Amino acid sequence: MKVIKKVFGADLKQYAMVIVLAALIIIFNIASGGKMVTPSNFQNLISGNAYVLILAIGMLMVIVVGHIDLSVGSVAGFVGMITAIAARDFNMSWWGAVLVGLAAGVVIGAWQGFFLAKLGIPGFITTLGGMMIFRGAVIWISKSISVPAPPELKFFGTGYLPEWGPAFTGLNNSTLLLGVTAFAAFAFMQFRSRKRKAMITGIQEPVWPTIVRIILIGAVIGYAVYLFGSGRPGTSFPVPGLILVILIIVYHTITERTPFGRHIYAVGGNKGAAALSGVNVKKVYFLTMLNMSVLAALAGIMFIGRSTAAGPSDGISWEMDAISAVYIGGAAVSGGIGTVRATMIGGLVMAVLNNGLMLLGVGADRTQVIKGLVLLAAVAFDVYNKTQGKGSIIGRLFPEKKDLSQNITS
Amino acid sequence: MAADYILQMQNITKSFSGVKAIDDVCLEVRCGDIHSICGENGAGKSTLMKVLSGVYPHGSYEGKIFYQGSEAVFKDIKESENAGIVIIHQELTMIPELSVTENIFMGNEVVSKGLIDWDEQRHQVSKLLLSVGLTVNPDTLLKHLGVGQQQLVEIAKALSKSVKLLILDEPTSALNEVDSANLLSLIRSLKTRGITAIMISHKLNEIAAISDAVTVIRDGHVIETYPVVAGQVDEERIIRSMVGRSIKNRYPEHESHPAEVIFEVRDWRVEDPRIPGRLLCKDADFHVRAGEIVGFAGLMGAGRTELMRSLFGKNYGIFKSGTILLKGNEVKLNSVKSAIREGLAYVSEDRKNLGLNLLDSIAKTTVSANLRGVLRNGLIDRDMEYQAAEEYRRTLGTKTANVNALVSTLSGGNQQKTVLSKWLFTEPDVLILDEPTRGIDVGAKYEIYSLIHKLADQGKAVILISSELPELLGMSDRIYTLFEGAVTGVFRRGECSQEELMRLMTSTSKKKGEEGQ
Repeated sequence: MKVIKKVFGADLKQYAMVIVLAALIIIFNIASGGKMVTPSNFQNLISGNAYVLILAIGMLMVIVVGHIDLSVGSVAGFVGMITAIAARDFNMSWWGAVLVGLAAGVVIGAWQGFFLAKLGIPGFITTLGGMMIFRGAVIWISKSISVPAPPELKFFGTGYLPEWGPAFTGLNNSTLLLGVTAFAAFAFMQFRSRKRKAMITGIQEPVWPTIVRIILIGAVIGYAVYLFGSGRPGTSFPVPGLILVILIIVYHTITERTPFGRHIYAVGGNKGAAALSGVNVKKVYFLTMLNMSVLAALAGIMFIGRSTAAGPSDGISWEMDAISAVYIGGAAVSGGIGTVRATMIGGLVMAVLNNGLMLLGVGADRTQVIKGLVLLAAVAFDVYNKTQGKGSIIGRLFPEKKDLSQNITS
Repeated sequence: MAADYILQMQNITKSFSGVKAIDDVCLEVRCGDIHSICGENGAGKSTLMKVLSGVYPHGSYEGKIFYQGSEAVFKDIKESENAGIVIIHQELTMIPELSVTENIFMGNEVVSKGLIDWDEQRHQVSKLLLSVGLTVNPDTLLKHLGVGQQQLVEIAKALSKSVKLLILDEPTSALNEVDSANLLSLIRSLKTRGITAIMISHKLNEIAAISDAVTVIRDGHVIETYPVVAGQVDEERIIRSMVGRSIKNRYPEHESHPAEVIFEVRDWRVEDPRIPGRLLCKDADFHVRAGEIVGFAGLMGAGRTELMRSLFGKNYGIFKSGTILLKGNEVKLNSVKSAIREGLAYVSEDRKNLGLNLLDSIAKTTVSANLRGVLRNGLIDRDMEYQAAEEYRRTLGTKTANVNALVSTLSGGNQQKTVLSKWLFTEPDVLILDEPTRGIDVGAKYEIYSLIHKLADQGKAVILISSELPELLGMSDRIYTLFEGAVTGVFRRGECSQEELMRLMTSTSKKKGEEGQ
């Protein structure tokens, strides 16, 4: 147990959902006769869910700060439509249209942030209004007819990285390069953080947990490279997946390592204490809502790229998927708790369920029922564990031993 | 078992995570008496009453309770209420948006054929209201009543439950003179109806006016309990037993060396955010020197906390006028952030609601008011954070296995040290401590006192707000007294005894009458 803790860090419960996710993938793969873990299916899984996961990143921050955003689906649909109309009716270049769409996201976010931060109207109501306003608006401006998206956007919605270089690798070389870069960056950061820790806190950790971590991550990255890179020629790790990965890194850093991120958790955990610690609560609310709408705009633009057209019903019930991802990831309804990493795992659990059930030929009706049950089960499990004061499955399997000497791990 | 005792509590001990809040307490109350319990904050009065009323169920404490001659084993408040014991808490527990009738019968509705019988309820309520001397329409929403009237409704509610033993926890603390007098005469009239009352109070004049017996509790022990004759109570004796321990043992030895004035407030005027036109601070004037510990004394509602929070970046109230001088220069502190930047720190009295984010770790809490201090290339450096937290854990002696543990796992005293760490990490010049030892045990208090001395020795200006007079007298170099938002006096160390201060504070109400004219 101590060995595992040295490698993964003291807080093992965050890995419970990772295990669930892995189990789901394995079970579906067996049940579907190997259709699950194939390059094309995983490429689809990623590009078909990237936009929801992007919404979930923003939603995580909104939920941590203690609110909720019901309007993200409508906003995404509305911005997708604006982008398509800007390109078709105003002859804008594709990037001009994208900028118009993102700008619309900023304006919408400022609008919602204004009601929440300045007027003090709860996020639930502000965005319930927004949900109706922007759903109505998208139907209005499109006259209920689909509008073709600029074809260049397809690259962002469902595109692949270029093929180049020698063929002897047997893989898509862009994917390979990506994997190697990721691995090198991870290894470098592991060693650097170990060194810094020794320098600043004077705690010299043994080198083996770092090595084991690097080897484990290397194996995961290696397998992912093989899976995504070995598809039919011309395919690779999908571009929307790459955008998602970049956003995850950026937002992980924002939430964990910047003052703004800390302020989000502080406001969500205890507004009064945050205000007395010098946090501008209103500003935090405003920026969180603004950010959410910008991410919704991005999701909407990526989606019209994928479906090649903006439709009046784009984005319906996306907010539900995003919210589910956040809660399956262990965020607290009352705010203050939740991480970007766990939210992504939560979102992937939903995505794998969708995908796996589809592969098994389960209808959309029953899929919906199962997803609802999974959401309830995940949150009930979390709540039950909290009231019992225990961590999780893992926490139960390996009861914590008091170890005072172990002042720091990970 | 003497029949004339309605209540006998024998050898009650209740501890919270190892700390005894009340220790081997015995309390006997005679039928039909008004029995007053006095003691400082944290002496254990409320804990004792919670044991009695079943808030702490039978089995969670040691000792026995005999009620009306038989042993009482209450599992919850419902059971004690059924037995006729009703407790009226300091903070009122009724629902403002409901009517008087609905509040009185909450959870106890008069039902006929499965539906609430409103006519019967109104009828009963009119009778109840009459008996407490309240003439309002039973359909009035509670929020439209004054605090004094609400208090009477609470008592009417108790009467509706056919109360035999009424416990009043600081019933007049939020009331004005007239309402207080009303309430006291009501309690006296209840006595004639055979209702026994236990009254917890700080106000000696009230205790003296109506009590038949007095029990003084200090540090979880009963100091003395004796029958008295209402109107002829020796207040001095109560004061002596309340404050009777020697200050020398409780407060570390210290000699301050005040230097120049570094914090000065002039004509500070702040309006109540809830009641327009009401001033929370009336032209408050004071100053603090570097290395000096300045106490602020005042009753509840005197505006001590409101004054400090309004100074701390206008965190509370509506600023009207006034100036702050830091090291002789006028500064404008329009936000908490600017107040922190200028070197102010405010440790709130309300640790759980305003001091801490209980979801955070000790390390994150320590740096939370000064994230700049751990930034490297614009990002928070976890190692620097860890190191800062470790440093303060060591210097303050916070007892925890690991600074990555959640603050919610700490005891009250250690939570308070974590809050202090957070503010010390902002490197303040002026440290405002609002009830820094509230709700923490004696040992931890001593450590906090030593820490306050150390901070003063480092040349920080320390402002200490406390409701415990011995603490103020034992710690402060000077004490300002506040009354209704105005500074009413200032004493040097050794210029006044605790009896003097206590008398001043229990009789400030006279001043109120003069000022009102």
